[in-house]
Amino acid sequence: MSAEPESAVSKSAALKSATPKRDRSALGSRAVQVAFVIALVGLWYVGTTYGQISPILLPNPLRVFDELVDVLATLEFVTDLRITLTELAIAFSISAASGITLGYLISRSQYSIRVFEPLLAGIYSVPIILFLPLYILFFGLGPASKIALGVTTSFFPIILNTIAGFGYVDRIFVLSARSMGASDYQLFRWVLLPAAFPIILTGLRIGFTVALLSILGSETIASLAGLGHRIVHLAEGMDTARMFAYIAFAVAIALTLNTVTSSLEARARRR
Amino acid sequence: MTSTAYPAQPPNAVPLGRRLKRWFLARPGVARLGVIVLLFIAWEIAARFFVDKIFLSPPSIVFTSLHTVFETNGVPNALRISASEIVAAFAMSVVIGLVVGLAVGLHRFTHKSFMPIILLLYGTPQITILPLFILYFGIGPASKIAFGVSHGIFPIIVTVVAGVQNIKPILLTSAKSMGASRWHIFRWVIFPHMIPSFFAGMRLGMTGVLLGVLLAELYVSTAGIGYFTTLFTQSFNPTKLLGLISVLAAMAILLNEIVRRAEIHYSRWRSD
Repeated sequence: MSAEPESAVSKSAALKSATPKRDRSALGSRAVQVAFVIALVGLWYVGTTYGQISPILLPNPLRVFDELVDVLATLEFVTDLRITLTELAIAFSISAASGITLGYLISRSQYSIRVFEPLLAGIYSVPIILFLPLYILFFGLGPASKIALGVTTSFFPIILNTIAGFGYVDRIFVLSARSMGASDYQLFRWVLLPAAFPIILTGLRIGFTVALLSILGSETIASLAGLGHRIVHLAEGMDTARMFAYIAFAVAIALTLNTVTSSLEARARRR
Repeated sequence: MTSTAYPAQPPNAVPLGRRLKRWFLARPGVARLGVIVLLFIAWEIAARFFVDKIFLSPPSIVFTSLHTVFETNGVPNALRISASEIVAAFAMSVVIGLVVGLAVGLHRFTHKSFMPIILLLYGTPQITILPLFILYFGIGPASKIAFGVSHGIFPIIVTVVAGVQNIKPILLTSAKSMGASRWHIFRWVIFPHMIPSFFAGMRLGMTGVLLGVLLAELYVSTAGIGYFTTLFTQSFNPTKLLGLISVLAAMAILLNEIVRRAEIHYSRWRSD
């Protein structure tokens, strides 16, 4: 994920310095990528059509495509998607609001940074998924346990990045703003916030991604509804073709959300 | 924590309050410990007086009855299984990740061809295909190892590629002009240069492997820790559940710490 903007940069750089030789190698690698995907799908098609592969283990790609069209056309996905996205929205708003507020309060003094930051980083290094059985015990199988897990996973990257953003602003900037007579509000609005903003944005993007992952994960493990639940439900019914269709749908949703947040981050950063 | 821990003060002019304040300011670790103790006290009070016993146990009972978790029939074996799954998945991730990372990173063409595919796969939420892993590898340890590998392998590939790619061209040019063969360049220039980012990748890979194995364990398990977390949850036994979670968290912290120490150790040469 993190190398994504880098590759975009190198791509645009390659386009600008369009020497013929480099053009050809870019075309060649694009051809390799296309060939790779075609070979994979072709192998899948040939294997399932003419081979002895059980359709329960690996369904024919054409059937998967039909099922995907059916899922999209009948709008069957709407209920599950709405539940998953609602959980994500609630979890992300809670963790963003609490993470940024608490992070700002902690970053107000170097002392509290030194007290709290190692503590938060230490808890962050524990796999948060371990709390899921506990949350299911507390909040039940419904959306509440998913929201709780999403909040817990996304809270830590957000608060740690907020502390890093506000806490490590170059002292020169603060001192010079103060000596030019900046008030507390002016200092915050024109010095601290612009300096911290890009780092907080990164934290928000990471938090969003991990919140989505943990909500999908907890829906897969134990739930009553949602995209992850639907996939498991189809897997347990051995309806593999429809499960593949739902997997493709869920992956497309996740990739779209991640792309949107990344580009939002890049756009806000440029300003 | 309290002022009793403070040694007898010499008869100085500085007032005690300010000296105490300065003592605390110089030691943020003490306040950190205080925060942890406060959290545990809050947990204890909440569990003893406010929350139903079938949902939450106070930490004093959780930690004093930690031995009952280990005495539960099958738990030591489950921990052993899970630990070996994590180790196996990590070892496989490192080997495969290193090989694929070198194969992709060492040539410009393979890098440009396959890196976008790898990054796309890295960005895919693997959790959606967890049922497939169970379908293909069964509900035994094999599916947990495979799922752990699927989480651990990508950060290792990406950091190995980054470590190979970020070499200053002048180092390669000077090695070449001094007559180094391809193998020499790899062994004495690329390889040592790659080591720090490789260890950074192993740390990320360990985080991924832990996540993958635990996810698969919690999803379905017949003898691993996932079976027991489900059992303790469904029998409303928060004491044992919290005990087991603490043991697992300690295991995760230990494994992470080992890899982190190794990373610091092997990237020392770069700092000077």
